[in-house]
Amino acid sequence: MIDILAPLRFPSNRDYSLHGTARETAIEAGLASADWYRTPVDRKVMKELMKRSDGPALRDTAIWIALLLLTGALGVALWGSWWAVPVFAIYGVLYGSAADSRWHEMGHGTAFKTRWMNDVVYEFASFLMMRNSVVWRWSHSRHHTDTIIVGRDPEISLMRPPQLILLVLKTVGITAIPSELAKLISHARGKLSEDEADYVPQTEWHRAFLVARIHVAIYAAVVLACLFTWSLLPAMLIGLPRAYGVWFLIVVGLPQHAGLAEDVLDHRLNARTVLMSAPVRFIYSNMNYHVEHHMFPMVPYHALPRLHEVVRHDCPAPCPSLFAAWWEIMPALLRQLRDPDYFIVKSLPPSANHQAQP
Amino acid sequence: MVWTDLCASDDIEADDLITLEYEGNLYAVYHTDAGEYFCSDGLCTHEQVDLGDGLLMDHIIECPKHNGRFDIRDGSPKGSPVCVALRTYPVRVENGRVLVNLAS
Repeated sequence: MIDILAPLRFPSNRDYSLHGTARETAIEAGLASADWYRTPVDRKVMKELMKRSDGPALRDTAIWIALLLLTGALGVALWGSWWAVPVFAIYGVLYGSAADSRWHEMGHGTAFKTRWMNDVVYEFASFLMMRNSVVWRWSHSRHHTDTIIVGRDPEISLMRPPQLILLVLKTVGITAIPSELAKLISHARGKLSEDEADYVPQTEWHRAFLVARIHVAIYAAVVLACLFTWSLLPAMLIGLPRAYGVWFLIVVGLPQHAGLAEDVLDHRLNARTVLMSAPVRFIYSNMNYHVEHHMFPMVPYHALPRLHEVVRHDCPAPCPSLFAAWWEIMPALLRQLRDPDYFIVKSLPPSANHQAQP
Repeated sequence: MVWTDLCASDDIEADDLITLEYEGNLYAVYHTDAGEYFCSDGLCTHEQVDLGDGLLMDHIIECPKHNGRFDIRDGSPKGSPVCVALRTYPVRVENGRVLVNLAS
């Protein structure tokens, strides 16, 4: 598969592909499919935290869908006037950012107790995010097996040196659609990249190709609708929000791992928990509790604030706000431009188990 | 048929499981809410993760690492990312002991 964004990348000696030398190095170092540190939690407490129910996800999904329909309908009604701009700005965030955390939670299968409900919302959110639901399920599974292990994890968002030009273009929505659509079209043609073939089992490939063909057919219908009506409105509702609404996801999502250690087997050192307000946590499905999520992916998103209280004695102090998180991240990213070996070392509180640190 | 004594029935709370090692292999023993006992291999077939920290929901065990699911009655995979069935073993409970036919 051709990397259409390659000309915009800073040169790097580090190999983040899943089929290069870093892969062998990681395997030889025992970093692949390894045992990770987890804060000891009483089994009874953990069982309570892991407990599934449909209620919270039904409520949150209903609110999300209702807001999407409401802002979408309002956007259509106001199309042609400047009032449509703020309405589509909200619609875009609900589409291109909020769908990401729904995709994520439903992919884990923990949001709803009823499996098919997870699956339905997962397919819907995958479509909104222009993600192949089959490929990304396996990609995320690998991300949890080998979190930020170079040569193994396909979901390292900020590599070293950080690709800041691409990051800016991604935030303003310029790169999202060409890169995601290129992947979908390639899948629809029956092709997986070398990296994707590494983590998607061959038995699942036909499903991946089928999903991509369905997605591409819908997007083709949207393009036809635009041509038929000679209006951008159909694409403003389906497809383009993936670009103009993704900025919020980047702001809240990149702090998950940005600037932190690579190649460690302790999520306290390579993930970041950031405290956020209730409305932001609604859009982001509590994924700001990211250390907790990685340590215990069985815990549903609605129980993560409780899990945070249970394990906080053993974890680095959370960033008190999004602003504080970016205040920590930006200098590190700028320094990594000239020193790719640099990373932020998270310090553990005195009450933490320090033995687990590599 | 050889029955191996793996543990006491009250070693496992209802609606829960334990994993234990026997002759170098890890086994998971389940005790459902309905009072039934089941046994399977103790490692997930996907990434060889110990199922002991997983979540038992009726007859479904969910792997603690990637949320893959198996039916504990026959080991069949019930959700991605697991594709390969879990090996299961016949179980009977006698005099408060969980006996498993590991040779089956």
